[in-house]
Amino acid sequence: MAPLLEIKGLKTHFATDDGMLRAVDGVDITLNKGETLCVVGESGCGKTVTAMSILKLIAMPPGRIVQGQILFEGRDLVPLSSHELDDIRAKDIGFIFQEPMTSLNPVLSVGEQVAESLRRHEGLSNKDALARTVEMFKLVQIPNAEARVHDYPHQFSGGMRQRVMIAMALACKPKLVIADEPTTALDVTIQAQILDLLQDMKERFGMAVMLITHAMGVVAETAQRVVVMYAGKVVEEADVDSLFESPRHPYTQGLIRSIPRIDLAAAHKTRLEAIGGSVPILINPAPGCRFAPRCRYAFGRCAEQEPVLREVAPGHRMACHLEDVRGETA
Amino acid sequence: MRQYILRRLLIAVPSLLGISLVLFTVLALAPGDPFAELVTNPNVPPEVAAALRTKFGLDDPVSVRYLRWLAAMAQGDWGFSFVSRMNVDTLILQRLPTTLYVIGSAQVLALLIAIPVGVFAATRPYSIFDQIANTLAFIGFSLPTFFTGLLFILVFSITLDWLPFVYTTDIKATGIRWVIEHVRQAIMPVMVLGLFQAASMTRFVRSAMLDVIRLDYVTTARAKGLGQSRVIVKHAMRNAMIPVVTLVALQMPAVFGGAIVTEQIFRIPGIGSLLISSILSNDTPVVMAVTFVFACLVVLFNLIADILYGWLDPRISFR
Ligand SMILES: Nc1ncnc2c1ncn2[C@@H]1O[C@H](COP(=O)(O)OP(=O)(O)O)[C@@H](O)[C@H]1O
Ligand code: SF4
Ligand SMILES: [Mg+2]
Repeated sequence: MAPLLEIKGLKTHFATDDGMLRAVDGVDITLNKGETLCVVGESGCGKTVTAMSILKLIAMPPGRIVQGQILFEGRDLVPLSSHELDDIRAKDIGFIFQEPMTSLNPVLSVGEQVAESLRRHEGLSNKDALARTVEMFKLVQIPNAEARVHDYPHQFSGGMRQRVMIAMALACKPKLVIADEPTTALDVTIQAQILDLLQDMKERFGMAVMLITHAMGVVAETAQRVVVMYAGKVVEEADVDSLFESPRHPYTQGLIRSIPRIDLAAAHKTRLEAIGGSVPILINPAPGCRFAPRCRYAFGRCAEQEPVLREVAPGHRMACHLEDVRGETA
Repeated sequence: MRQYILRRLLIAVPSLLGISLVLFTVLALAPGDPFAELVTNPNVPPEVAAALRTKFGLDDPVSVRYLRWLAAMAQGDWGFSFVSRMNVDTLILQRLPTTLYVIGSAQVLALLIAIPVGVFAATRPYSIFDQIANTLAFIGFSLPTFFTGLLFILVFSITLDWLPFVYTTDIKATGIRWVIEHVRQAIMPVMVLGLFQAASMTRFVRSAMLDVIRLDYVTTARAKGLGQSRVIVKHAMRNAMIPVVTLVALQMPAVFGGAIVTEQIFRIPGIGSLLISSILSNDTPVVMAVTFVFACLVVLFNLIADILYGWLDPRISFR
C-alpha cells in the first residue's frame, strides 16, 4: 500500500542575521493511511517547522524549503505554489495548532471560523455550513453548540478553544490531521480529555494523525509508530512497542528515562533523569553527530562522522554509531 | 447600542464643561479685549466706553462671566461678534461647512491611500513596492504643510496655471460649472492636507499589519486554504484596523491644527481662518466659540472611534 504521506530528505532552512539556521536538515517521515504517528523531541528540534513545511505554512522568507520531497498521495507538494496548496489545506490535511489562546481570530465568531472552511472546500451555503459547524461542535462535545457557534474566542476556555480547533481541523473530513502539541498549552486534566477526544475522532473519521509532542507520556498513550527528532534530524523510528521496549538511540533512551513515573518515584525516591545540556543552535552545526556534546556514549568517530539513519531491526531505524561498534565487536 | 452612545454623550458633557471653563479663563486672562479700540478711539467718550463695559458685564469677575456665558450657550445664544457685527452662531455656520468639506475630503483621501498602500506593503515587506512606499511616506511626513502648500501653489497655480489658489465660497457659475469649480479649488488644500496625513497613516497601517500578519490566527486562516487575499482582508486587516482607529481619533486635534495652517495658506474661509482673524482682532466671543466647536468635534470623533472599536472588536462590549 502506498503511503499517504512521504517526506523524503526534507531540508527547511531560515535566513537569520547570524547565518543559515538549519531548522530541518534532512528529515524522512512516512505515514500510512489511518495511522497515528507521533513525532517526538525536545522543543527546538524542528518538529513544528517539519509539520508547517508540509503545507508551506512557515514564514517564507525567512524560511525556505531547500531540498526534499513531500509526497502526499504520491504527489509532490514542494513545487506547488501557495495558491495551489489552498485546495489541499483543510480539505485533505487539517491542522491543529499548539496555542489555542492565540490560534483563533479574536474578532470573528468561532462558528464562522469553522464555517468559512466548509464554504470554501465543500461549496456549502451559509446556512448549510453553519448547520455542519453545529454538528461538528456537538461531535467535539462543546456544550450548547447551537448557541456557542455565535460566540467569540474570548468567551471560551483554553480546552474549549482547542475543541473548536479540532472541529475546524476535522470539518472537511481530511485524510490527515496534523496536531502540533495540541495539549502542551493546557492544564493537565484537560490534556487527557483533549487526547481522548482526538482518539475518538480518529476512530470515527478514520483519518491518519501526525501528533507532534515533546512528552514521551503522550507518545506511549497514543502512537502506533514514533519518529524521534533531534536537532533537525530523525534519529530513531520504530513502532511504539519496540521503541519503549528497546530504545536504541541514546537520545531516545534519555527521553524515556525522563518520563515522570509516579510508581518509581514513590518506591525509590528517584529523581527525574533529565538529559543534561540543551538542543544546539542550528546555525553552522558542528560536524559529526549533533547529539555528541550531550551523549554519554560519545566516542571517537561521533565528532567527525555524521551517523546515517538505517534499519537496525525490521521496522526499526536509527542513526547512531554505537550500532556499528556493537556489530563490529559482536 | 443606543444606550451606549447616549451614555458616552453624557460622559462627554462634563469634559466639554471642563474644556470650556479652561478656555474661558485663559481667554479672560489673556491681554487684549474687544473694547480696546473704543478706549483708544478719541471720538468715544470714556463714560460711554465704561457704560458699555458695564452693560456687557466685562468688569464682572471671571466666574460670573463664565456662568453667564454658559447660561447663554445653554439657550442657544452664542454671543455677538463686535468685529463682524453679526451673531457668532451665524458666523460659524457660514464657515464650518467649508472646513468640514476640506478636512473630511482630506481624511478620506488619506485613508484611501494609507489603507491599501500600507496593507499591500506589509504583505510584501522589503519589496521594491514597500521600499518606494516607505520612502515616499517618509518624505511626505517630513515636509510641513505650509511648505508643500506653497510649493503646490507655485507649481500648479503660478507656473502651470491649472488650479486657482484663492478659495472662494461665492463662485460665479451655475450647474455643473459650479460643482467643477468647487472641486477644482479644493484639490490643492485637500491634497496637501490629505497627503500629509496619508504619509504617517501609511506607515502606521503597515506596521499594524506587520504585527498582525505574523500572529498565530493568521497562520490558522492560511491553513484553511482561504486564499491570500481573503486571509489578508478578512483575518488580518480587521484586526490591524483596531490600532489604526485609535491613531486616527488621537490625531484629530492635530488634523484641525493642520487645517488652520492650510486654511491660511489657501485663504479658505473656514473656521480655522476665522479663528486666526478673530484672535488678531481680539474678537473674544468668536475665539471662544470656535475653540469650543473644535473641542466638540474632537469629542465627537472620539465617540465615533469608540463605536468603531465595538464594531471591529467583539471583546469590547457596549455595556
Ligand atoms: N520563522 C523562523 N525564523 C527563524 N528561525 C525559526 C523560525 N521558526 C522556527 N525557527 C527555528 O527553527 C528551529 C526549530 O523550531 P521548531 O520547529 O519550532 O521546534 P519544535 O517545534 O521542535 O519545538 C528553532 O531553532 C527555531 O528557532
Ligand atoms: S553517534 Fe555517538 S554521539 Fe551520537 S548518539 Fe550515537 S554514540 Fe552518541
Ligand atoms: Mg513546536
